[in-house]
Amino acid sequence: MSAPAHTTVSPPDHDICISVRSVTRVFGKRVVLENVDLAVRLGEIFGLLGPSGAGKTTLVRLICGLDLPNRGEIRLLGVPMPRLDMFGRIGYMAQSDALYNELTARENLTFFASLYGMRGAALKRRIAGLAELLRLRDDLNKPVHQYSGGMKRRLSLAIALVHEPEVLVLDEPTVGIDPELRASIWEELRRLSARGVTVLVTTHVMDEAEKCDRLAMIRNGGIIACGTPDELKRAAGGQSMEEAFLHFGGAAS
Amino acid sequence: MRIRALALRIIRQFWKDKRTLALMLVAPLLVLTLVKLVLDVDDIAPRIGVAGAPTAMAETLAETGAEVTVYDDVAAAMRDLEDLELDAVVALENGRPRVTLEGSSPTRNAAVMRTLQQAMRTLVPGGRTVEPVIAYLHGSENRDLFDFYGSMLVGFFSFFFVFIVAGVSFLRERTSGTLQRLLATPLRRWEVVAGYLLGFGLFTAIQATIVVWFATRVLGIALEGSFGLVLLANLFIVLSALTLGTLMSAFANNEFQVFQFIPLVVVPQVFFCGLIDLETMPEWLQTVGHALPLYYGAKAMQAIMLRGAGWGDIAADVAVLVGFSLAFALLNVLALRKHRAI
Ligand SMILES: Nc1ncnc2c1ncn2[C@@H]1O[C@H](COP(=O)(O)OP(=O)(O)OP(=O)(O)O)[C@@H](O)[C@H]1O
Ligand SMILES: [Mg+2]
Repeated sequence: MSAPAHTTVSPPDHDICISVRSVTRVFGKRVVLENVDLAVRLGEIFGLLGPSGAGKTTLVRLICGLDLPNRGEIRLLGVPMPRLDMFGRIGYMAQSDALYNELTARENLTFFASLYGMRGAALKRRIAGLAELLRLRDDLNKPVHQYSGGMKRRLSLAIALVHEPEVLVLDEPTVGIDPELRASIWEELRRLSARGVTVLVTTHVMDEAEKCDRLAMIRNGGIIACGTPDELKRAAGGQSMEEAFLHFGGAAS
Repeated sequence: MRIRALALRIIRQFWKDKRTLALMLVAPLLVLTLVKLVLDVDDIAPRIGVAGAPTAMAETLAETGAEVTVYDDVAAAMRDLEDLELDAVVALENGRPRVTLEGSSPTRNAAVMRTLQQAMRTLVPGGRTVEPVIAYLHGSENRDLFDFYGSMLVGFFSFFFVFIVAGVSFLRERTSGTLQRLLATPLRRWEVVAGYLLGFGLFTAIQATIVVWFATRVLGIALEGSFGLVLLANLFIVLSALTLGTLMSAFANNEFQVFQFIPLVVVPQVFFCGLIDLETMPEWLQTVGHALPLYYGAKAMQAIMLRGAGWGDIAADVAVLVGFSLAFALLNVLALRKHRAI
């Protein structure tokens, strides 16, 4: 692995939401993540950028406590993961939609919300608000198997948001969503981040990466660069994220 | 209450899948009816040869539904019996009726016996019954097949269909990614299993009830003991099917693999639930039987239905069934570790 391409002063501990320390994950003989270090600050939008198979999903699942690292330590809001009571503070959106196709969108939302102990009028209001935000209002009572791909993606996002988590972990949230709606989803992420919600989002779309506060480039199981989009572009001496990505990727191999 | 939320969702989801619901609820009834049609003796008119007996005997037999042929000498009748022209020959021997059954078909044996008993009641009303002497040309079996097998098949078919449906739907939870998603919420692993048992439990309980009701009231399988007790025993049988089905699905990667468990896990249970006499098996094989839940379930069902056993007689078997179910559920909680470490 190359040395970090620039110097970010490591943030003070109390400021850190997600901390990943020398994490290694091995599946069988394949080392998918090796010695990964990462620190995501409270309330920032942090992007994980990397090509397919780089290990983004693996890392994100470790952070959520759905999987255990072979080595290293992960802390979320200062608590070592995995911890059962932390699941209530995380909103997770998996890369592939996990929805009950026979049920309507409203039933899906209600079900997941009730797992977090939500109910009654507050839950109704929350569902109405989310449906408005993600433009699902007119389709709430449709069974999910009648949904288009993008609609399913939006519903998955709504489910991740329903219990108003402090940490949002979104695995490629905007795949299959049209540009206009994508922009409004990013606006919402901004709003949430302004309210103190930490957002970790994976992507391999460069223009989305530019919208993050900071991002880490991940390739072949390691972080090859980390910083603000501008820092990364400058360090690579290029104009676009694409160039930066190719630059660091080349340096790594 | 998270378990309640999970159970409610399953109920709602299952309710919308009418075909699966129908498979679980109606299929056992259809199969049982089929078995009854195959095994039942009511509609067979037994062919009885009457030789050297009073004409009243021949007439009464004919009236009770037999195809009667009158012979002058017993030897001729016996020849026809040998040639499968007859199912039985009735003759008079020292003033007592002597019945010779062809014997190779249990169904026909039973039909003959039933007709004969009815005829005897008509011939000798109230008074001292003359016990006929029974002989067999081949074999010596005599029982009502559907009564006998029915008692064990009620439990088996309930078990079978619950096993399949529970296995496949728990599997679907996994392959659709929703299990992963569930485990990203504060649900505990045992809560996932408990919610499933509760939600599915509702439908399996309905199924167990309908099957018992249908078998005893509509198909008229003999029921010596109490209806409530049969129902109870069947409820515990389907509980073991439910827990075993969900556990097995943890070891399958797709629907097809769930079905592969049928010859491995379900079919062997048939052999140990009364279809074949355990005594005739080698000892090690008997031990295998004791490791299968349906062995205890069928034992209890037969005791209640055929011998009128009470709660005291089947309590031990029910306890074993509960033990199996608990063990399966616990193993399932452990198997879920594969999907989330805590
Ligand atoms: N359970 C697993 N068992 C074995 N290998 C796995 C497992 N999960 C992931 N991998 C491997 O780890 C590597 C990284 O996978 P991962 O899903 O993290 O990639 P990704 O960066 O999310 O890719 P994409 O952008 O396509 O989603 C892949 O090579 C994959 O084959
Ligand atoms: Mg991925």
